[in-house]
Amino acid sequence: MLIVNYSSGISQDIKNLSIEYFIFASLLQNVISFCYNLYMLLQQLINGLTLGSVYALIALGYTMVYGILELINFAHGEIYMLGAYLGIILMVFFTAIGLTSYSLSLSLILTFLLSIIFCASYGFTMEKIAYKPLRKAPRLSPLISAIGVSIFLQNYVMLTQGATDKVFPHLFESSTVTFLSVSMTSLQIFIILTSAVVMVSLRLFVKNTKIGKAMRAVAQDKIMASLLGINIDTVISVTFIIGSGLAAIAGLMVAMYYGLVNYFIGYIAGIKAFTAAVLGGIGSIRGAMFGGLLLGLVESLGASYISSEYKDAYAFIILVIILLVKPGGLFGKAELEKV
Amino acid sequence: MNEVREGKKEEKRYGIKPLVIALWFALLLLPFNGLRAALILFVVLSISIVVCKFLFLYKKIVFEGLQTFHNKIKTVRVFSAPSALMIRSLSLIFLFIFPFIATDYFIDVAILSGIYIILALGLNIVVGFAGLLNLGFVAFYAIGAYTYAILNTRFGLDFWSALPFSIGFTTFAGFLLAIPALRLRGDYLAIVTLGFGEIVRLILNNWDSVTLGPNGISGIAPPVLMSISLGKLSYYYYFVLSLVILTVFVTRRVYSSRLGRAWVAIREDEIASSAMGINTTMYKLYAMAFGAFWAGLAGATFAGKMQFVSPESFTFMESVLIVSMVIIGGLGSIPGVILGATILVILPEILREVQLYRMLALGAGLVLLMTFRPQGLLGGKGVSLRG
Repeated sequence: MLIVNYSSGISQDIKNLSIEYFIFASLLQNVISFCYNLYMLLQQLINGLTLGSVYALIALGYTMVYGILELINFAHGEIYMLGAYLGIILMVFFTAIGLTSYSLSLSLILTFLLSIIFCASYGFTMEKIAYKPLRKAPRLSPLISAIGVSIFLQNYVMLTQGATDKVFPHLFESSTVTFLSVSMTSLQIFIILTSAVVMVSLRLFVKNTKIGKAMRAVAQDKIMASLLGINIDTVISVTFIIGSGLAAIAGLMVAMYYGLVNYFIGYIAGIKAFTAAVLGGIGSIRGAMFGGLLLGLVESLGASYISSEYKDAYAFIILVIILLVKPGGLFGKAELEKV
Repeated sequence: MNEVREGKKEEKRYGIKPLVIALWFALLLLPFNGLRAALILFVVLSISIVVCKFLFLYKKIVFEGLQTFHNKIKTVRVFSAPSALMIRSLSLIFLFIFPFIATDYFIDVAILSGIYIILALGLNIVVGFAGLLNLGFVAFYAIGAYTYAILNTRFGLDFWSALPFSIGFTTFAGFLLAIPALRLRGDYLAIVTLGFGEIVRLILNNWDSVTLGPNGISGIAPPVLMSISLGKLSYYYYFVLSLVILTVFVTRRVYSSRLGRAWVAIREDEIASSAMGINTTMYKLYAMAFGAFWAGLAGATFAGKMQFVSPESFTFMESVLIVSMVIIGGLGSIPGVILGATILVILPEILREVQLYRMLALGAGLVLLMTFRPQGLLGGKGVSLRG
């Protein structure tokens, strides 16, 4: 109070000075907050890209199966969950026999290979047991059967591995790469790069190899393809094997990224990946990649800027909007109802 | 010479194939169950496959044996075949005296299965009659339960004045979902309804100021009828029983009405039925709303029974359970759906030890059912699962 009284004479000067200061300070603050917001945005973009590439890998399995069988493989998310669990189980096993201390990279490569092989066999067996007998059945039968498989696998894992979270063994420190104050862990780079490589090679595979051509032919017209001497059963099996292998890669990378796995992660990830597949146009491989990345971005931006509580709802809202506005998706062809 | 060689070939095939199959499944089991369980499975599976093959080879002898056995049973049965009317009246009498002979625990289970029967009959209208797979049916159940819970605890409305709001609100929600969803076909509709169910659950979980979030709403008053509180179990049993009878009566009447016939026509062939002058979109809308109507009733009854609601009771698994009730019993068949709901509620209660394996068995059962008997246990031949 005293100070105010004393300074009342010179307050005008200070005021003039302080206005300039104030303008400068507020400008600085704006710049800083803009930079911070930009930094936040970039950070969220990177997180979203990581999440999105995982979604894209799972979505590829959905889209390939749908393209060939016109079946929503509801149990595909569970294969992803099995892949994540397999990663943990194998890593724990390798630690127990001492392989990880001998060579970490060798055990990682082995884990990847074995998870892919196991998940591919799960996918193959699932198709043979649950979908193949229903190939000529009405459309809703295989969907219900798929729900059955999904419940079965979830509870199988819960019964054998317990209902609590499983932890990925902490074997390596993930280093952080910082570029323009935006940080990126090496694991994130690894996930994005691996998904990119896998997706490109899948595209080349489908485009150039003989079996890839057969897959495209079956997707176009099953009866005509079989008349031309393509073994449809083999093609469908290969599709399930590839899709499950991709889901295994996604599951393993998520287990490494979050470090925690639970038996119900497959359901929600499966729904989101399905949304991604629909977003890009179901049946289109390019669409699944794009849709997955877009969904990952939307989700991480929505979680940080709108509300994180409704994080899981964004996928559903996008799904409903896409189905109502553009049912063919972004890259899909408009489907004609055949009578 | 040739024959001998072929015979040998045959023998060889039967010798190795079961081992390969058993080895395959044992390998699949290996990472999750460990080595011991995989070995046990391998041995058990290979033996059982060999036995099955053996039975298959000598099926003629086995069938003859079974036939004579069956004939014996038939001759016994002739004397004691009860008529349908007798079974019906006996079961009705049993249902009425049930609270006098059963313990509280069994009455509790009976009430729960009654609520599920109402719910499954409601879903049966959507899935069984109109052929629209709804995987988010539990959302309507949740809306019904929460409406009663909120109106009762916040505004002090009693059951009977809250019930119209519960049902009306749920029916409205059914309309609201149906308007966009009905433009989609078969499996897409299933996924969108699933999304709807999940969004409703997320809202219940996160809208703390209204739904009290994951803690749920407790202290809901049970219904009062003519100044008698139905909080007592046996009273509530009769209340639910009368609601079930009402539901069965109404759905049966509706099924054989013009509305029901239109639904069945749409289920069997949408294009043909629209060519016959049925406004398919309108009738599908009615089906969704009418199904939701019963879910609202079941929801309010559930809230009155439990006197507590929380989002945990309305998960996707619950939706799957209700769909399974309808499918196991038989799509479109009212006695079948009642049977399905009763089986899925009572079986795990009776077999406490296998509680853990309940969902595992449900999953496997759905797959097997779709393969071997897609019309369900009591389903008629006319029902098809067209999408």
